[in-house]
Amino acid sequence: MAEQGKILLQMKNIHKKFPGVYALKDVNFELKAGEVHALLGENGAGKSTLIKCLAGIYIPEEGEVIVNGKSHIMTSVADSQAHGISVIHQELCLVPYLSIAENMFLGRERNVGGIIKRAQENEEAKKMLSRLGLDFNPNTLIKDLSIAQQQMVEIAKALSVKADILVMDEPTASLTEKETEVLFDTMRQLKAEGIGIIYISHRMSELFEITDRVTVMRDGQYVGTVNTRETTNDQLIAMMVGRELTQLYFKDEVKPGKIVLEVKDLVSPPFVNGVSFAIREGEIVGMSGLVGAGRSETSHCIFGLDDRYTGEIFVEGKPVHIRSVRQAMENGIALVPENRKEEGLVLVNSVGYNLTLTILHEIFKGHPLGNPAREEEEIARHIKELAIKTPSADQLAENLSGGNQQKIVIAKWLATKPKLLILDEPTRGVDVGARAEIYGFMNELAKQGVAILMISSDLPEVINMSDRVLVMHEGRITANLGKNELSQEIIMRYATGNGGTRNVA
Amino acid sequence: MSLETNIKSQNAVMRYLKENMGTLIGLFAMCVLLSFTTNGVFYSQRNLINILRQVSSNACLAFGMTFAIITGGIDLSVGSILAISGTLSAGLIVKSGFSVPGAVATSIIIGTALGLFNGFVIAKTTIPPFIVTLAMMQMARGAAYIYSNGQPIRAMIPEYMIIGTGYLGPIPLPVIYMLVFLIISIILLSKTRFGRHVYAVGGNDKAAIFSGVNVARTKMMVYTMSGFLAAFTGVVLCARMASGQPTAGQSFEMDAIAATVLGGTSMSGGVGKIGSTMIGVLIIGVLNNGLNLLGLNSFWQQIAKGIVILLAVYVDMLKKRRK
Repeated sequence: MAEQGKILLQMKNIHKKFPGVYALKDVNFELKAGEVHALLGENGAGKSTLIKCLAGIYIPEEGEVIVNGKSHIMTSVADSQAHGISVIHQELCLVPYLSIAENMFLGRERNVGGIIKRAQENEEAKKMLSRLGLDFNPNTLIKDLSIAQQQMVEIAKALSVKADILVMDEPTASLTEKETEVLFDTMRQLKAEGIGIIYISHRMSELFEITDRVTVMRDGQYVGTVNTRETTNDQLIAMMVGRELTQLYFKDEVKPGKIVLEVKDLVSPPFVNGVSFAIREGEIVGMSGLVGAGRSETSHCIFGLDDRYTGEIFVEGKPVHIRSVRQAMENGIALVPENRKEEGLVLVNSVGYNLTLTILHEIFKGHPLGNPAREEEEIARHIKELAIKTPSADQLAENLSGGNQQKIVIAKWLATKPKLLILDEPTRGVDVGARAEIYGFMNELAKQGVAILMISSDLPEVINMSDRVLVMHEGRITANLGKNELSQEIIMRYATGNGGTRNVA
Repeated sequence: MSLETNIKSQNAVMRYLKENMGTLIGLFAMCVLLSFTTNGVFYSQRNLINILRQVSSNACLAFGMTFAIITGGIDLSVGSILAISGTLSAGLIVKSGFSVPGAVATSIIIGTALGLFNGFVIAKTTIPPFIVTLAMMQMARGAAYIYSNGQPIRAMIPEYMIIGTGYLGPIPLPVIYMLVFLIISIILLSKTRFGRHVYAVGGNDKAAIFSGVNVARTKMMVYTMSGFLAAFTGVVLCARMASGQPTAGQSFEMDAIAATVLGGTSMSGGVGKIGSTMIGVLIIGVLNNGLNLLGLNSFWQQIAKGIVILLAVYVDMLKKRRK
């Protein structure tokens, strides 16, 4: 492996143009052996484009790429791999019904005259896995692994092509805290072996934990590179957004009103095993827990997506029957789902279409053929109120940035004028600017008396935005924590089931 | 107000032309070419009306198919539902002594019910639409053969025949039906809440569920509609031939799919328009008619159809990629 500190990669004055716009303008980047170098920027800043130029998916019009001392522009993915560059994309690229070993050797099967040498593949796979300290059976099917485990397999696969430059695009987006730790341990080990890692993430706290240097990009341009040890959160954010972001979190004190929602003994095996809580007007209640603790599943019961639960739900003190989304909506409940691309948006349709999908019954009431004037007014109002950046209401939702997509999902639920708004991971994959805006909306809504239940794995967000926090573990609420007792350590203690219960009925 | 609506309708026309530029140019080019090679026969009023009548059955099936494909599904059973309803309509009159309106209504209701069955199974189970409607295609065809004993059922009854052979002024009734269904389908898909739901179900059924859209009901309505259109077409076709043919409509589903795809409807769902499907229908119709006029036999027509489908979809993909 390469000796520590040697320069593995230099990208100089990279330009990449798409019809009419510069996607990259004069971008520089450098990677040394044994370092983790973060690439930081808002969505649309050009991080992915730069990575694609490195991976041979895009070919830059101008600029120089120097790999291991040789100047060479990558012309294809294979070319890039041959130069020791391996990219782990944000979406996992494994075939679910093939085994670990089969996935690792996909496209370059060990074979004799077309007949696969299974035993050899398994043995090699085992060796590569154990190098990362993984004790998987190489015959295990990918579908039987957790997301984190799949991520590890991706890394093993990436390294198996003798890569000394590893690119990781938001690898922790779907990992729990614990799984992230395991990933970081692996990365530290790779560093020690002299591998250079380019790391893309939105999570600031992670950058400080794992990276050595940070390069910031904005609007397709290079802003600067800093040593992680010598910088601060505020400095990085200022570099990203191009201005001082005075405050990310914004939360006013609101006096809670009457109870909006109360649930008693919600049970829906295997994830929800007896959940009871209440939430009042104007309250922002955080819901914390590890993946699989039953948080989203609990919200699905309340929102009528799960119609097999047992237990009682009260809205404003009255018992209600909620077995479908429509019934939940009639009771003033709205849910911004966890995964905006899969559950939140019809990506192939327009921004306007998506914005009114939840209020069609109102728009079409008395107008069987629609009410374009009313609809246009509604759409224009939401685009303006939530500052959704889109060229027009006819733009396809898939062409918008993550932050703006998330704002559409929030807007389409605000359109229903909910009494209770459930937000499931409201800022996942959303850039800092849009995040601050989303926190602003939440604060505003709470002031108007909306009750907000915020499910989130982002602990700083939970701690800073919530009036109180419910912690879940294995389908039960293990703690109900007031604002003044919140800390990451306490939340994690109850989330991992190591604290018993606290303040729970 | 009138000025504003005027501008709006102008915009709608412009948008239609822009969205369908490729297929419209193709259709136009074919027409120009045929006017030269057929010494004007192509452009005779008789031939043009003939084309419209020939495409009318495929058009009605393709409208239903467009709905099904936009929801991310497909309806392979339309040809067979057409056959069972067609033979039933003739048989009920001849064999069971039904009145003509009674026979027509009954056979259309039965065909529609088969569509509803498709929709029910698709909505309530996880069996893919391809499989469900493939099974229905077999069953309905089999039923048509059993009911008719495998023989055409002759029904030389003027009252019945007029459904398929009649005219409204110079325009054959089947063309009128087609135009009526064209307008209804356009309105349903582009103007109503149901149409919005159709796009949501195909574009992202999970997001549709999360938005309170009744996905199951939407799917049921779509396949019921497709069944109705197939049944109606079957009655018209058999009335025109004065005979309930159990072999009618064989591989018609393929032409309906071809027209839908030619119109730019995405096989993965969520995208498509009835107006575009109509262009697809006309392309196939003009192609068949033109090759007939040129004296090429139907085997060549099939090859030409295949080439046109590949070309059109390829051009469409290029257009999308460029965006």
